Amino acid sequence: MKLTPQKKQELFYAMLRIRRVQERIESLYLQDEMKTPVHLYIGQEAIAVGFCSVLNRDDYISSNHRSHGHYLAKGGDLKALIAELYCKTDGCSKGFGGSMHVVDVSVGQLGSSSIVGGGIPIGTGLGLALKMKAAHRVSVVFFGDGAADEGVLYESLNFAMLKKLPVVYVLENNQWSVCSHVSSRKAGDNIFHQADPHLLLTRKIDGNHIQTIYETAHEAVEHARQGLGPSFIECETYRILGHAGCASQDPAGYRNPAEVESWKSKCPVITFKDLLLAEKILTPDILDEMEKQIASEISAAFEFAQKSPLPAGKDLQKNLFCE
Amino acid sequence: MPWTKIEANCIEPDFANECMETGRLIAYADAIREGLRQALILDPNVFIMGQGVDDPSGMFGTVRGLHEEFGPERVFDTPLAETSLTGVAVGAALGGMRPVYFHNRPDFLLLAMDQLVNHAAKWHYMFGGHVNVPMVVWACIGRGWGSAAQHSQALQGLFFHVPGLKLIMPSTAYDAKGLMLSAIKDNNPVLIIDHRFNFKQKGLVPEAMYTLPIGKGVVRRPGKDITVVAISHLVVDAFNAAEELSQQGVDVEVIDPLTLRPLDKELILSSVSKTGRLVVADTGWKTGGVTAEISAVVAEEAFSFLKAPIERVACPDVPTPAGHTLEDAFYIGKPEIKSAIMKAISFRG
Repeated sequence: MKLTPQKKQELFYAMLRIRRVQERIESLYLQDEMKTPVHLYIGQEAIAVGFCSVLNRDDYISSNHRSHGHYLAKGGDLKALIAELYCKTDGCSKGFGGSMHVVDVSVGQLGSSSIVGGGIPIGTGLGLALKMKAAHRVSVVFFGDGAADEGVLYESLNFAMLKKLPVVYVLENNQWSVCSHVSSRKAGDNIFHQADPHLLLTRKIDGNHIQTIYETAHEAVEHARQGLGPSFIECETYRILGHAGCASQDPAGYRNPAEVESWKSKCPVITFKDLLLAEKILTPDILDEMEKQIASEISAAFEFAQKSPLPAGKDLQKNLFCE
Repeated sequence: MPWTKIEANCIEPDFANECMETGRLIAYADAIREGLRQALILDPNVFIMGQGVDDPSGMFGTVRGLHEEFGPERVFDTPLAETSLTGVAVGAALGGMRPVYFHNRPDFLLLAMDQLVNHAAKWHYMFGGHVNVPMVVWACIGRGWGSAAQHSQALQGLFFHVPGLKLIMPSTAYDAKGLMLSAIKDNNPVLIIDHRFNFKQKGLVPEAMYTLPIGKGVVRRPGKDITVVAISHLVVDAFNAAEELSQQGVDVEVIDPLTLRPLDKELILSSVSKTGRLVVADTGWKTGGVTAEISAVVAEEAFSFLKAPIERVACPDVPTPAGHTLEDAFYIGKPEIKSAIMKAISFRG
């Protein structure tokens, strides 16, 4: 898949937009108006953007507590996301879900789970529904290295292979589960590289390199669309911020600052920007225009969220059961 | 009692079901199977999954042969992976299907708790009503024959605790079919906990498709002296106890809630407000379980009508033992219900 200059610009714009949204949340978080635990996606933007850029609107994604990037990359409504962070009635979950539970049915995001690994079998089941309906659509599941510790991943992969489901499993190995490093949780590099390629397409790729992600995503999604079954893509990346909250809330001492700095230098957004500037696909003027457009969209979303009413206590019993 | 196959060798008491005119006398398992088959014919989105659903024994006969009639795409065996497969059912339901997930034993539902409690039960509420999970999970309590601590548990008390999860415990063939069809039609996650002892019964069941209201209990036997709320196969025990005690001049009303969540409180409260005495009988443990909750509801909302302390008939708070002499000591039934009734009746405050 050769990336056209226009496609490169689109991918960059989508990554930059997610980065700036996360930064704005981060900068305002200590105001304590967003009363919900936010898990920011800074440093991992290329993965959500790369995979979602090869999906159609009616393909499904499943995601986790660190869900903002996936939601936005799939086309989820920004205003509804920010309003959900303020737990307002115009939030995507009407203030009942908060930051970890985002939904936008119109773009195939049917709800994110904050139980680590919880979205993996659900995304598998969405794949089963697609296969039963012969829909030629795809279900992509995003999860972290912590979720790869869970037995449910093994169970789900087995079932997806057994039924040849159109599911793409995307492991975002950001190396940290809260303050536990992957090396303290895993006996080496042992996640499913031995699978029979006829049963499971597996790749391990640079999760900060958008071109590689785009190409791999295209391969895996087409594989699924053609009925060839599931794939498992491990993307090596890094969680730049702490587990939750803003930078100043990240407890010091559990990781080496030099490690963080070295990954900052591999920032997916900045490295791609520098490349596109060198290729003259981006110019300072275009970049400036992009920044302005994004900043104004974000400001409008925060304004919308702040003005939206809070849910009323009388609505507590709403939606316990569906009619 | 044979282990893998249950003989339907007794006829349900005459509960005066509304199908007396139109019903045929069929086995409990066949009633469930008929409902499932009709659902599979009616709606192409319905499918049945579960470990062993294509076995020759067909999950006590409830799904026997359905995989042959509807094909392995719609009635299929699963890996032994209850956590993930419950999540698969949740995802399939979100994707527009209506999965029915069969388990031989509720004990294995403990492996599925994460997806049932953390996911299925919360999805509609947590996402502001934008999504819903129309799925049915069915499991059958395996009392007897030394099934012991991990193959016989009556865990309805655990699931009863969870908002967002409908919980049905049928007791007659007629209700088993109608409530299965209602559960499949329902747009929420519904758990049906059945009991091996129900499968010994034959009952009157109409051939046509029908649904029954989830959340509505029934009066199995009207009476004026005391109310017995009994769950699952204990309804038959309570009914027989009532018939025997009527010879001694005690007039017992037997209530079968059929659904635990949502619970038909009104039916229970109106009965107690008439009789003033209550026995609650459940197949599960006593502490923190179904008898505790129903007793609490009555104590809270009908205290002024009570003429005697509420009596509870439930299993003692120990794991199920294997040996049959120990099983005899553990399980409760008609004799315990009878003595609870007499204790409440003879109470003089």
